Amino acid sequence: MATSVIDRSPATHAPENTGIWSWITTVDHKRIGILYGATAFLFFLIGGLEALFMRIQLMKPDNTFVSAATFNSLFTMHGTTMIFLGVMPLSAMFFNYFIPLQIGARDVAFPRLNAFSYWVFLLGGLFINFSWLINAAPNAGWFGYANLTERTYSPGLNTDFWVLGLQILGIASMAAAINFFVTIVNLRAPGMKMLRMPMFVWMSFITQILLLLAFPVITIALVFLMMDRHFGTHFFIPEGGGDPILWQHLFWIFGHPEVYILILPAFGIVSEVLPVFSRKPLFGYTAMVFSGAFIAFLGFGVWSHHMFATGMGPFADSFFALSTMLIAVPTGVKIFNWIGTLWGGSLQMKTPLYFALGMIAMFIIGGLSGVMHSSPPADLQQTDTYFVVAHFHYVLFGGSIFGLTAGAYYWFPKMFGRMLSEKIGKLHFWLMFIGFNVTFFPMHFLGLNGMPRRVYTYPAGLNFEFWNRIQTYGSLLLGVSFLVFIYNLWQASRKPADAPADPWKGATLEWLIPSPPQEFNFADVPPVNSSMPAWDLRRAGGGQLPEPPRVSGAGIHMPRPSYWPVVAAFGVLGVIGSVLFTEAFPHWYFITLGGAAVLFYGVYRWAFEPAF
Amino acid sequence: MSDAAAHAMEHHTSTGIDSRKVAIWTLIGSECLFFASLISTYLVYKGKSLVGPLPHAESQCMLHGAMQKCEGVFEIKLVTTGTAILLFSSFFVVMALYGAQKGNRKMLVGWLAATVLCGLFFVSMQVYEFNHFYHKGMGYGTNLFSSTFYTLTGFHGSHVSVGVIWLSTLLVLAIRGKLPPEKSLNLEIAALYWHFVDVVWIVIFPVVYLMR
Amino acid sequence: METRSGTIRRMARYFPAICLLVLLGCAKDYPQTTLLPRGDFARLVDSLFRTTVFWATIVFVLVEGALVYAILKFRGRPDDPEPRQTHGSTALEIGWTIVPALILAIIAVPTVKTIFKTSDYATGDVVTVEVLGHQWWWEFRYPGLGVVTANELHVPVGKTVNLRMTTADVIHSFWVPQFAGKRDVMPGRHNPLWFKAEVTGVFSGQCAEFCGIQHARMGFRVISQSPEEFQAWADSQKVGSPLVNKGVVPVDSTVPADTAARAAKVGRDSLMKAGLALFNAGGCIGCHSMVGTAMAGTTALRGPNLTHVGSRTTIVAGMLENTEDNIRKWLSNPDSVKKGTLMVLPRKLTDAEIATLVAYLRAHK
Repeated sequence: MATSVIDRSPATHAPENTGIWSWITTVDHKRIGILYGATAFLFFLIGGLEALFMRIQLMKPDNTFVSAATFNSLFTMHGTTMIFLGVMPLSAMFFNYFIPLQIGARDVAFPRLNAFSYWVFLLGGLFINFSWLINAAPNAGWFGYANLTERTYSPGLNTDFWVLGLQILGIASMAAAINFFVTIVNLRAPGMKMLRMPMFVWMSFITQILLLLAFPVITIALVFLMMDRHFGTHFFIPEGGGDPILWQHLFWIFGHPEVYILILPAFGIVSEVLPVFSRKPLFGYTAMVFSGAFIAFLGFGVWSHHMFATGMGPFADSFFALSTMLIAVPTGVKIFNWIGTLWGGSLQMKTPLYFALGMIAMFIIGGLSGVMHSSPPADLQQTDTYFVVAHFHYVLFGGSIFGLTAGAYYWFPKMFGRMLSEKIGKLHFWLMFIGFNVTFFPMHFLGLNGMPRRVYTYPAGLNFEFWNRIQTYGSLLLGVSFLVFIYNLWQASRKPADAPADPWKGATLEWLIPSPPQEFNFADVPPVNSSMPAWDLRRAGGGQLPEPPRVSGAGIHMPRPSYWPVVAAFGVLGVIGSVLFTEAFPHWYFITLGGAAVLFYGVYRWAFEPAF
Repeated sequence: MSDAAAHAMEHHTSTGIDSRKVAIWTLIGSECLFFASLISTYLVYKGKSLVGPLPHAESQCMLHGAMQKCEGVFEIKLVTTGTAILLFSSFFVVMALYGAQKGNRKMLVGWLAATVLCGLFFVSMQVYEFNHFYHKGMGYGTNLFSSTFYTLTGFHGSHVSVGVIWLSTLLVLAIRGKLPPEKSLNLEIAALYWHFVDVVWIVIFPVVYLMR
Repeated sequence: METRSGTIRRMARYFPAICLLVLLGCAKDYPQTTLLPRGDFARLVDSLFRTTVFWATIVFVLVEGALVYAILKFRGRPDDPEPRQTHGSTALEIGWTIVPALILAIIAVPTVKTIFKTSDYATGDVVTVEVLGHQWWWEFRYPGLGVVTANELHVPVGKTVNLRMTTADVIHSFWVPQFAGKRDVMPGRHNPLWFKAEVTGVFSGQCAEFCGIQHARMGFRVISQSPEEFQAWADSQKVGSPLVNKGVVPVDSTVPADTAARAAKVGRDSLMKAGLALFNAGGCIGCHSMVGTAMAGTTALRGPNLTHVGSRTTIVAGMLENTEDNIRKWLSNPDSVKKGTLMVLPRKLTDAEIATLVAYLRAHK
């Protein structure tokens, strides 16, 4: 940057490139972030609709609103969608848009790889959901326990869509994780040492490490399962000497870190929102960093707490119980430090803060019920019941979704240059907060009173109907809250741009540039001397910062658009998707080879095309 | 890659290390977990096969439509040769990189060609081995040993193949004189990957072939 | 001031108890509740759970209280002066690392103790039952008593029952909440579970691990009886059991002298004969063991042993009461009753055939 001459004169009104082709070939991290956000939100709504169908089915005993088979597909796809197509890519939206902005970078380290990640994610999501259209939606649970997922017990393409779809999505996640990891390691603004990074960047950084270490394991497990289903092996088939418990180990070695992959970005967002709206720095920055890292580290040593009922023996049970309980300690530190941040502050009660506070309040409940089933004997009563369903919705909805929504309200003005309505935002919050608790709190009662998970119906004699009915009403309210959110987004999109560069008096670098940012982000990266560089500047400027001008920016080298990542993404789809046709089409491997050729060609053209 | 390297030089990085190099290290870190999962599975299922053939010991195998006695399948000598050659190639690629950095094209091309040949030899060795095993009645799904063995070594073999293609591409560039010293990083990154693939084999070889 | 903090302290002390009371108050209406243990295993788990709930409630009240207090107390206006800028407090942070760790240690000690008590088989004078999960029903075998039955586990009250559990197909999970926690039944291995029923009665259980399309309809009952009743039940079930004398029972060829009794016997015999013929011809023996058939001594079949089906209170894995109507409904079209069931009729049965089978099955008390 130092060597090029940058034109800092005011921007002349250059026509922005907004055609559809510009979106397909874009390598701009902000546009890719928006693509991630829009796609993930759509998938999220589909997942929510699946949940509503399930709630309607469970509203009364022996209901026939949907069939058993459909219900099993609904809960499988709900879990799979919310995790892989909802929460993870919604986090990826924020990674994409805000990691470069918060660390003062022009873009991510590998812009075209970033585009590739998005397109692979999109194709993977469409691939899995395509199964609905041919009545073959996955139906063996998001955890895909072998040997139920073997061909003997799950014939048909349902489980294949799941196995192959996750494989495709895994490639997207891995590529993105490498990209963000390198971006954070290498593209920080001068002066931004690791321990000066914004907490969102820190938590994202830890999330990328978790992704890098957890996804290979599920990839291998899925390869084994695919081989069992199509190529005659017996990795998880007892009749051939295989052991289904190996699937559970591999799955949860991935699956537990995955939980932290889902929650840590939300932790990061809340840690951004609280100081800004309390007008005081994050309490115990270093402790927050290390507790996050410690949670991630321990997250690899607790996987078997998902398997207490499998009879692992007292020593394994004790080990995993203790390691699981230990995780509560750094998690507690985070919660206490958040409260410490609020303590003595001057709380500006804006919508992002509402959601952040809601997140803390709900996460505490999820954390405490988590401690309850960290004790294996107690877990023998709780696992696979609605108590666990309540627990992880308090963690992942009360935690992740509330946190991500806080992020959406906090950063929307930066992304789109428009303020969301505070009034509608607060209505959204209260509807969501009440709807959420009415839906999920009674699940604790139902679970403790004997209602198992993943049942498409229940008989009248077990008295489950009362709370189920209440929950269904709650879920409808929850649905309404999202309509309110969509209305808020819509009304914001219709009004003229009104957001200043820094509507909240933010602490981090993204608030020092115009809303929305220009393509090159920063004409000049400001000095970073602490974890709150914008506050430092504001103090130096006597409490006020001038509105940053939009400058021409000519002379800044920006990465060129490219369509080769899209081509390569289709290649990935071809290679992996081809396994669907092993039965239908004797020469199915021609599709594999075709996909490989497309992938190979795409990657070659990509490698030899000038990046700038 | 033509402009990219130039701009990479221009672009400041926080660590001072080129981003692509950080990326390849990250990938390697992640790949460790791939191979760890595969090797663990191999070990967990070691000795759990219900029928032969087995790696070392005699066993009962289904061959030509009947159960019969069959020997252990491994050809340790062949694989030891392959292992040695793969290890040498790691040395060769270091020499090639040295040549690239010094701008010594002859050295670069010579050593890089040797590396590629070693890689090709290793892959051919593996193809031969798999073929040989197959004819001894060891199909992919025959037993747990065959499934875990083929998956693990096949996965490694595909990594070697990717490395061969990558290094061959660089070899073509080098022959055409398009790998000057300022772009030697391109080779360095490929070499890092190549070393990793070798190191993984150093783990696989004793665990799979030597451990009884 | 004094009284106020006293009240708060008292409330804090009683709050967890109140919460538990609320939970328990509701629990008695739920046949599958975990909160009213009626067996020693469940009681061990329950006391552990109460310890956890006690501490969790205290933590919940304190932490949520602090959060709500902070939200209410520290509201500011946009034009307020900047609050004091604190960056943390090492002492506080060490404090709230150590205190939760101590609370967890309080939970961890009884946890580990209970783990070691609940992980293995019970020893001593026990009744052993082999539990076998099937898609989607439960098989119970009493090797010591020579009984094979389905979906209704009879146990003697006050005596420990050892369950040795595995599956015939996929993973299931055996769960009778009022007696014990759940434990998975895994292919290729046997998992232990035990419990001692404290009272007599009928208790509800259910598969708790997703096991395919009809996972929801894989219920069962545990019938806890006095030792005498249990013995009588076992004795009656033993007759014609596949485990005893290969299911063969001597045919009673005596002819009663009394006319009425003779007529009754002739009627019963002809019913049995017609039913048996249909049981064979209709293909039932492909999956079901049944006294008097060629499959009477076979235990490795896909369907339940029907030798004493008439004595069971429910059919179709606890889904339907064992009545004439329900059996008729089931035999008319199993798939419409339980979509996806593995019970497949080789052909559609006529109404007359169904009537014969219903009578035949119900006669097998």
